[in-house]
Amino acid sequence: MASADDTSSKASDRRHLAVVTPAPKELRDEPSEQPASGGEQQPKFSARELNAWFGAQHVLENITLDIASDEVTAIIGPSGCGKSTFIRCLNRMHELEPDARVSGEVLFDGETIYAPTVDPTLLRRRIGMVFQRANPFPAMSIRDNVLAGRRLTGRLRRGEADEIVETALREAALWSEVDYRLGHSSAGLSGGQQQRLCIARALAMQPEVLLMDEPCAALDPVATARLEDLIHSLKGNYTIVIVTHNMQQAARVSSQTAFFLDGALVEYQETDRLFTSPEDPRTEDYLTGKFG
Amino acid sequence: MSARDPSRSIRGRTPARIGDRIFVAVCAIAAALPLVALVYLVLQLLIAAAPRIGWSFIVGQPALDAHGSGILPALAGSVTLVALTALIALPVGLAAGIYLAEYAHATRLTRWTERNIAHLAAVPSVVYGLVGLVVFVRTIGFGRSLLAGAATLALTVLPKMVITTRDAMRRVPRALRQASYALGATRWRTIRHVVLPMAMPTIIERAALSVARAIGEASPLLVVGALGYGVAETRGAVSGSSSDSFTALPVQVWAWLTAPDQRYVANAAAGMIVLLVLMLLVSALGVYLRRRMTRAHEG
Ligand SMILES: Nc1ncnc2c1ncn2[C@@H]1O[C@H](COP(=O)(O)OP(=O)(O)OP(=O)(O)O)[C@@H](O)[C@H]1O
Ligand SMILES: [Mg+2]
Repeated sequence: MASADDTSSKASDRRHLAVVTPAPKELRDEPSEQPASGGEQQPKFSARELNAWFGAQHVLENITLDIASDEVTAIIGPSGCGKSTFIRCLNRMHELEPDARVSGEVLFDGETIYAPTVDPTLLRRRIGMVFQRANPFPAMSIRDNVLAGRRLTGRLRRGEADEIVETALREAALWSEVDYRLGHSSAGLSGGQQQRLCIARALAMQPEVLLMDEPCAALDPVATARLEDLIHSLKGNYTIVIVTHNMQQAARVSSQTAFFLDGALVEYQETDRLFTSPEDPRTEDYLTGKFG
Repeated sequence: MSARDPSRSIRGRTPARIGDRIFVAVCAIAAALPLVALVYLVLQLLIAAAPRIGWSFIVGQPALDAHGSGILPALAGSVTLVALTALIALPVGLAAGIYLAEYAHATRLTRWTERNIAHLAAVPSVVYGLVGLVVFVRTIGFGRSLLAGAATLALTVLPKMVITTRDAMRRVPRALRQASYALGATRWRTIRHVVLPMAMPTIIERAALSVARAIGEASPLLVVGALGYGVAETRGAVSGSSSDSFTALPVQVWAWLTAPDQRYVANAAAGMIVLLVLMLLVSALGVYLRRRMTRAHEG
């Protein structure tokens, strides 16, 4: 479990979301009732009876699941079943939509994130997000895009910029393609390069988690393969949650897979088991292409 | 289906296609008309102004003698008005536009406000002159000063500025705001560093256009007490001495135009040319700034 004496260098100075206090004790010591998966480690996220609405539309119903630390968890399910909404509840992006509402609990490192003492901007700094459509800032250069998060949160110290840019771009496997044109506009990059730039932008914040919402939706097979390589190289250091429509991709990159249907969690398993011997007939139907 | 079916021939000219041509022709004429009218007007103006327009006119002081009269004080007044008006209207318009685009909840009150701001843009500028007279000249006590004039002109351009700002901000893609929020930026920083920079080129360009238009208006300035020098004294028709007033190009032009003496007409025409050039320069400055700002993006 992540504690104050955690020696990992990343983010050790910003462990606490809440300015005031850590989560109430009873929440931290609560024994996990039914961790659907995961090892002995404390899960990175625990969703408990999570519900989400858009206006009157109930889009997530009683989701309870744990997301293991430093592993890749895949979320699959037909379009509109609530996958995006679910991961947006993990970094409190859902509430930014007009008329959006959430109930239930999400614990992040054992701390409840929907408490009034939690500042969502501090939470989001520890959780990187990559969107379905690459969204680099078009008015900024490649370099400024990588630094955007640091600047936007006022955490860029003089002299460290170059190193941050290079490290993040290398991690995102983009460095060699852009190192000679860091000052150029991000609009001059291909779709796949833009998506990797967005990943670099997220990594530059040294997050603990990467939430990826169909990151390969707009990518060709080559770029997709590179992104999967990237995910492989990142896991172990980051907790990754990836939404994907591509079953093979889920099978290739993830260790756990959750299958959502109509806003409910149908099955959550080790990826191998989910794909080879699903327990729920609806999972099997989906995997064999009977619907969705 | 037979290739010989005459109704399926691809040759010939359908009525619709002829209709297309007529329509295009009508549109082209309609588009050309204002241009022709403008060229004609400018030519007339140049001919009328020919005896007076020149360097000595631009840098000259107004005088009772029409031929020796210059326009420098009015030009200086208008240039100052441009700067002051922009200085007042831009921050207020930005703030109001940002508020409407980003912070105002979609309540009935906001909707009502927004509708009425749109209506305000259509209010004749004399009305703003009256408001300026009551509020700036009398109540606040700016007197008949350039400041009162600029504040009044700022009022006339504000509705447009607010709407432009709001729309430009709303046009910034949601995906970019989301990217910013997901990085952990606060709302204000997102607005300040992501949304505004993208909206700013449009805002500046439109603002320059509005200001350029506003400085061409004589009526609001006349109402708040601007005077055309040189003529006023001879006519004695306008109350107040020129020392507690100010002047600007359209007011000076108006004064010359309404002077009983025909010899002032050439002065008026020359003044209009100076005014037109100033207006063009102000809008050109807007275009230049917009280009520079977007080029910085692509840099
Ligand atoms: N901004 C929004 N306003 C209102 N309803 C929304 C909004 N976004 C999503 N929804 C609705 O919420 C439900 C879940 O949407 P969500 O985006 O989470 O689905 P998804 O599983 O990510 O689908 P996809 O695979 O197509 O991305 C859908 O029925 C959708 O219509
Ligand atoms: Mg989605």
